[in-house]
Amino acid sequence: MAGYRRLDVTEVGEVTVVRFRDRKIVEDINIQELGSEMFHLVDTEKRDKLLLVFSTVDFLSSAALGKLITLDKKVKAQGGVLKLSNIRPEIYEVFTITKLNRLFDIKDDEAEALAAF
Amino acid sequence: MSTTPTSPSWTWCYDRVIPTEDAAGRQILSDVLTQLEAEHWPQRDIFSIHLAMEEALVNAIQHGNRLDRRKQVHMRCCLGPDLIRIEIADEGAGFDPGALPDPTCPEQLHSPCGRGVMLMRAFMSRVQYNATGNRVVLEKDRSKGNP
Repeated sequence: MAGYRRLDVTEVGEVTVVRFRDRKIVEDINIQELGSEMFHLVDTEKRDKLLLVFSTVDFLSSAALGKLITLDKKVKAQGGVLKLSNIRPEIYEVFTITKLNRLFDIKDDEAEALAAF
Repeated sequence: MSTTPTSPSWTWCYDRVIPTEDAAGRQILSDVLTQLEAEHWPQRDIFSIHLAMEEALVNAIQHGNRLDRRKQVHMRCCLGPDLIRIEIADEGAGFDPGALPDPTCPEQLHSPCGRGVMLMRAFMSRVQYNATGNRVVLEKDRSKGNP
């Protein structure tokens, strides 16, 4: 994949750090594209240490959560590690209500997350 | 079980019948959120209403009408000083919201879908479906205190 339309991807040591370009992750077509780009990182580029940084994200829907769950499955299937960080309180509440905070390893900020790999 | 406050005095009402398209749903969502901002509703409430409407509209367009452009989505929103009521109906066969599996149980936790209704119930004050399951009424009481 030559470039990413929905993601900003950088590397910090062995960790692939992913940021989202959309402040609101809601539109179905964007969510499908977002999913494809995240899955490409794992399926094709074989990145096995991923950190998703949500500092730019103001809102996401349950459809976006679905993509994160599928990504988590893919990463774990390859023996990799996925972490999330910088989730604003309202969105974190979505994770706690759905108990997805138990599924994902969520850290307060990027530095803490990077140190935990 | 909580009930709707009696005789709400609506200050803004909004009726739309939209085609089964995500873009049309996004426009009515934007109109409602703009009105909430104009009336200085707390940001936390706006987030909750945004989330619930998003999930309800996706359910109506994708699951209810199954993206069938011959069908429509009917939406009515009424806003009062301390309450918003949103009705969203599709022209699909409906479903039984009581029969949905609990998405937080261990067997369902890894499923990529099935959380929309739960989130609506968690973030709104009241959520009620009709018997057919193709019309939902969402209500949110305005929070007291800081915006």
